[in-house]
Amino acid sequence: MPIVTDSQRSATRTQVRQAITQQKRHLPSIALSVTLLIAVTFTLLTLFSLLARIVTQAIPAFSERGASFLSGTIGSEPDKVGIWPGLFGSFAIGIGVLLIAVPLGIGAAIYLEEYAEQNRLNRFVVVNIRNLAGVPAVIYGVLGLIIFVGWLKPVTNGGTVVAAALTLAILVLPVVIITSMEAIRAVPMGLRDAGYGVGASRWEVTRDHVVPYAMPGILTGTVLALARALGEAAPLIMIGAITGLLPETSLSGKFTAIPMLIYSWSGRPDSSGGNIGWSNAAAGAGLVLLALVLVFNIIGIFLRNHFEAKRVGT
Amino acid sequence: MSTSDSPQESGALGVGADVSTSLAQEQQTKSDSIDLPIFAVRDLSVKYGEFRAVRDVTLDISEHEITAFIGPSGCGKTTVLRCLNRMNDFIDSAKVEGRIDYHGVDLYHEDVNPNEVRRRIGMVFQKPNPFPKSIFDNVAYGPRLTGGMSKADLNDLVERSLRRAALWDEVKDRLKASALGLSGGQQQRLCIARCIAVEPDVILMDEPCSALDPIATARIEDLMQEIKKDYTIIIVTHNMQQAARVSDRTAFFTTEMNTESDRRTGVLVEYDTTNKMFSVPSDERTEAYVTGRFG
Repeated sequence: MPIVTDSQRSATRTQVRQAITQQKRHLPSIALSVTLLIAVTFTLLTLFSLLARIVTQAIPAFSERGASFLSGTIGSEPDKVGIWPGLFGSFAIGIGVLLIAVPLGIGAAIYLEEYAEQNRLNRFVVVNIRNLAGVPAVIYGVLGLIIFVGWLKPVTNGGTVVAAALTLAILVLPVVIITSMEAIRAVPMGLRDAGYGVGASRWEVTRDHVVPYAMPGILTGTVLALARALGEAAPLIMIGAITGLLPETSLSGKFTAIPMLIYSWSGRPDSSGGNIGWSNAAAGAGLVLLALVLVFNIIGIFLRNHFEAKRVGT
Repeated sequence: MSTSDSPQESGALGVGADVSTSLAQEQQTKSDSIDLPIFAVRDLSVKYGEFRAVRDVTLDISEHEITAFIGPSGCGKTTVLRCLNRMNDFIDSAKVEGRIDYHGVDLYHEDVNPNEVRRRIGMVFQKPNPFPKSIFDNVAYGPRLTGGMSKADLNDLVERSLRRAALWDEVKDRLKASALGLSGGQQQRLCIARCIAVEPDVILMDEPCSALDPIATARIEDLMQEIKKDYTIIIVTHNMQQAARVSDRTAFFTTEMNTESDRRTGVLVEYDTTNKMFSVPSDERTEAYVTGRFG
């Protein structure tokens, strides 16, 4: 005699089918989905309206002036200004930050993650670096004014683009260190073991395995830091960026940068009779800044893909 | 500074032939004794911070044999293994007490270069960990560190190492392909080839087959038998059958309560030829473990 009768079996089947096919509306999860959707929509809408406004505002600056908006110099008439000094300044700051903050930041991260002992002093140092990442930019401006414009005047020649690059490099340094440390921490222990296991020294393991593996993460942090450095205006105000007249661009003379121009031009009244007002010029400068950041980002992404391909050994 | 065979230098290191000879004499009374141990471990204790992971381990390792460390989880067998090539150096909190002599040289003497130690005492890990590089570059990495090799010699060495690791026929046509594309068993054999390529003296294996299927495991075990005439192998394993199959000597570790903390500390219970350990163990804990009544 069978243990399970046919009728029992079919009853179980019906029961199971009901239990696992029932369409239950679970209210909390629906509510959560809706909330998340609203959050995403809101963010995207804000971004697009911002972009749309900048682009429409910037159109007159580009359509009327064309390339001379990029190559012209700053001045007091909105329909005659160009952003060349700002472009030069921002580009120089970008390169300066890359040359200063990236090697210093990666070096500090390697030391803290691979070499430093996990003791109280080093934990204290790391906590402070994290805090530094949150210090307002204007404070770094004060620091830059005192150290790079004042004390280091023989090197920087005062309020120059060199002083600005140094100040902004210090500003983004904590971000570079922290993101690099996180990337290095994510390197699998087994990879280090493998290197040590064949007699590689700590430096050889770091150079050959840890840094290449962490490189994509380090680059992500670098790109973020660079974007931040290019967008800051407050420290530049402290250092003394120019917004009036700047006929000559050089590394050792007076300087300005795009965020500085945007800040200055946005505050001027739109009353000159021409087709281009200050708001159009400011929007044009904003668009150029976005493009500049985008260019640096694209380079960063290409490099990251290159290192990621290396990471799987191809 | 590297390890040295000259008696004068080893004397200067505060070690000497006297240490190992006296140990050898002590062992003479037992049968199957180890005349000239490659490793002489004395009263080895390892602490991680305040926690004592393993204590008072004393054993000799014989050359050109396979020695197995067995025991339940947390008994300190991997910890002891990693002391033998100073891999514990990288754990800040780890503190090694006692003494390990390698060819009569105190491994933890300040004049010893740990990188050189690890070049001579290679290691294969629990999880296959090939570098994210090509198969060729994986094997060539160690030799390239030392440098001074012609391209032809390097090609030769890579082929020889892969052949010894019984992997050559499977990978000879794709040496430039990523090592990460290999199966788990192939990856582990690649790690063995990488280890062999630096021409070490000892190979430490930390549960090398625990991530592998039985067929891949059998291949690794065959490989161990094949290469043991050239190398001294010490293997940590959870698998008693594996220890019984491959090893010449077996050390059984277990954990015991201690007064310092509520975590258990590893101790060496018994160490003898594998034959004796699995047939007539002298400690009842060993017997309980090898017969599967515990652990």
